[in-house]
Amino acid sequence: MIGPVIGVLFDGFAYGMLLFLLSVGLSVTLGMMNFVNLAHCAFAMLGAYVTVFLMNDLKWPFLATLPFAFLAAAFVSVLLERTLYRRLYRASDLDQVLLTIGLAFVSVAVAAYIFGTVLQPVQMPPYLRGSFNVMGVNFAVYRLFLVAVALAITLILVLTLEYTRFGAQVRAAVDNQRMARGLGINVDGAFAVTFALGSGLAGLGGALAIEIVGLDPSFAFIYLVYVLIVVSVGGLGSIGGSFLAASLIGISDVAGKYYVPELGAFLIYLVMILLLMWRPAGLFGRR
Amino acid sequence: MSLTTDPVSGPYQYLKAQSRWRVLEVAFWLCTLLPYFLFPNYLVLASQIAITALFALSLDLILGYAGIVSLGHAAFFGLGAYAAGILSKHGWGEPITGLIVGGVIAALVGYASSFIISRFRHLTLIMITLGLGLLLHEAANSAHFLTGGADGLQGVKIWKIFGLYGFDLWGYTAYTYSLIVLFLGFLLARRITNSPFGLALRGIRENAVRMPAIGAPSHAHIRKIYTISAAMAGVAGALLAQTTETVALEVLSFQRSADTLVMLVLGGAGMLYGGIVGSAIFMIARDQFSGINPQYWYFWIGLLLIVVVMVLPNGVLGGLKKLFTTWRGPS
Amino acid sequence: MSAPDKTIPALSTQSVDKSFGSLVVAKGISLTLPQGERYALIGPNGAGKTTLINLMTGMLNPDNGRIFLGGDDITTLKPDARVKRGLVRTFQINTLFPHLTALESVTLAICERRGDAGVWWKGLPSYHRDAEEAYGILSSLKLSPVAYKPTHELAYGQQRLLEIALALATKPKVLLLDEPAAGVPHEESSELFSVIAELSKDIAILFIEHDMNVVFRFASRIIVMVGGAILVDGTPDEIAADPRVREVYLGKGHRAHG
Repeated sequence: MIGPVIGVLFDGFAYGMLLFLLSVGLSVTLGMMNFVNLAHCAFAMLGAYVTVFLMNDLKWPFLATLPFAFLAAAFVSVLLERTLYRRLYRASDLDQVLLTIGLAFVSVAVAAYIFGTVLQPVQMPPYLRGSFNVMGVNFAVYRLFLVAVALAITLILVLTLEYTRFGAQVRAAVDNQRMARGLGINVDGAFAVTFALGSGLAGLGGALAIEIVGLDPSFAFIYLVYVLIVVSVGGLGSIGGSFLAASLIGISDVAGKYYVPELGAFLIYLVMILLLMWRPAGLFGRR
Repeated sequence: MSLTTDPVSGPYQYLKAQSRWRVLEVAFWLCTLLPYFLFPNYLVLASQIAITALFALSLDLILGYAGIVSLGHAAFFGLGAYAAGILSKHGWGEPITGLIVGGVIAALVGYASSFIISRFRHLTLIMITLGLGLLLHEAANSAHFLTGGADGLQGVKIWKIFGLYGFDLWGYTAYTYSLIVLFLGFLLARRITNSPFGLALRGIRENAVRMPAIGAPSHAHIRKIYTISAAMAGVAGALLAQTTETVALEVLSFQRSADTLVMLVLGGAGMLYGGIVGSAIFMIARDQFSGINPQYWYFWIGLLLIVVVMVLPNGVLGGLKKLFTTWRGPS
Repeated sequence: MSAPDKTIPALSTQSVDKSFGSLVVAKGISLTLPQGERYALIGPNGAGKTTLINLMTGMLNPDNGRIFLGGDDITTLKPDARVKRGLVRTFQINTLFPHLTALESVTLAICERRGDAGVWWKGLPSYHRDAEEAYGILSSLKLSPVAYKPTHELAYGQQRLLEIALALATKPKVLLLDEPAAGVPHEESSELFSVIAELSKDIAILFIEHDMNVVFRFASRIIVMVGGAILVDGTPDEIAADPRVREVYLGKGHRAHG
């Protein structure tokens, strides 16, 4: 019976790609500034609600809403970065945790105020619905779409980081912030841009997540835990690490829920703690 | 705490002055008796505040004094609650021993995990505390046969305290009991913070890297305070289980860890009274506002957190202290 | 501990190596610091002086080689255990406890030395003898007027002295001073070094310093490091006359006797 195994692997990988989109921005910004941003998933939630609003109230097609999910999250994140975040770069972990938990709380309440606490219904366009069967294994079209988008974005990210001037600056800043400053790199500026891009990707991830996991105001906290797991297991500032960690966690979560549902998320947390004890800086972390 | 205004004749007098009981402190504890006279209908809430305050105090010991940021401290609160609850469900409802068992179980788990905690800082530490908390929450959820899972633990019956004082509907006994335990916990915390060990903890908070260079075994210190703090959190949890005669899965939740962190920071961390004041403000406000607008409670909490971090770094008590110092004029 | 045997060096290293990836920061470092001596460690920036102190105090672990304190191999001991045995350092950049008072900071170090710092069931006033000893150390460094002030309110020079007070509180046998006068105005730095020179002769001292006036005045022997290795060591006169030292170090900065 290899069919169910492949099916679980595929669903898990697709879920992992979702986690990757949600977390890659946080990984890079954490690697650069060591800023513990617990409001990251609030940006994802923002993107998701933008998509819901555009689709349900303005009747836009799903695909057309995605760029705006990205832009809205990026824009709001820049606003907050300029006004609040930047004042705490050198503050303690605790202050960073408190500020960003505070922002996440506010975002949850605002979402509940505007959209209510109910699960948001969205209707995917026909070409993304349904599934097809290959040798007894079901492949959902939407999940294939998700995987394709995630792989494309990974490719773009890797190429940007490796082959552009901006990418070189970001890599230098992640590697050694002080030295990067010494070399005349505008670390704060590079960080602001990275922060916006990372939050934008989270917003996009949020929009893509609605179909898979649903959307209600608790999104900002429920997926925060998964995102933090991906980031800390993958290693700060490592795109490859995030990709691998997200795939691993997506697959083990789906497999765990399929084969040992009574354990719930227990397995994931256990794996995370053991991994962190083994490699505190994550699988690909250098510090 | 600063002694710049008092003339000090020598180190001994200085240390004495540092640990002396102040008038305000005595007044504060006398105020905790007011609910009996002024708000006799709110004694149940008052007992919940006292329990939460004890839990916040335990968090203050590790966060305010040793600088360990934990997002999973409810793990120990929940362990204590379940330990006391399960003990009573299986026939032993004596409250004092129940408290002790709750504290000891939490302390044992705290001691075991302290070996992990003391090795890490920053994001890894936050993740590990969070992970351990979530792990226990999931474990309690799955172990339905033991904990009742999401339905909560039912059938907790607590005997009379010393065979004399039964728990009443109005919360007289519950408040008195919780307040006494809170006060004892406070005395312990106060003694710890005024001890040589307390000084070492402040050293860790101020500059953890420097500690080994003055010969300090920081890891051993952290293990010790983490264990003490876990025990205190466990006692608080056991108190809640006993006074409410039920244990909900919520005692282990991330929400409880986060709420308590908020209360502590709101009141002011590293000042012993911060957690108590913070939990009183938080819980009274929640009680008052929940009737009006339960959904948006967290909007105000979130806003408050942002304001505290941005303009009131030492919480309400820190702000008051600063105001008081300015008012008295610069020394 | 029995009466110290004067022939055993206070501190010595045997061919200590350390590299970070391809960057070699210490190669084959062997040095000997006899008891009660004052040695200077000099060399251009990036020569590996602070790294060597980190290796000796256990903040870094060497790849190869051994470190001895009073004849005992301490290579695998943790930093705090080395301090307990009397190997103590100060830092080039003030690393103090900003919100503890000067007295509290030094008292803490004394409590740690006496093994009192684990006591949580007794109040600090019961340990007033520790505080009085701390006050004595502060007085000897002319810090008693600021004993009750939080560290972050102290003047910079006073904070440098507090660094030394913290080290003294641990009752060191060997003191490693990493640029004790860094950032202190020139006229005050020699004052600071007189304080150091007056420290008990039971303490062996190795200090890093860039001011050659100070080095030649206070050191009985000078060790010159370049590129992670010891170039030469000798008496101040030998070092002053050594052409290699002039070339790599003195010649560049024109600092000597300037």
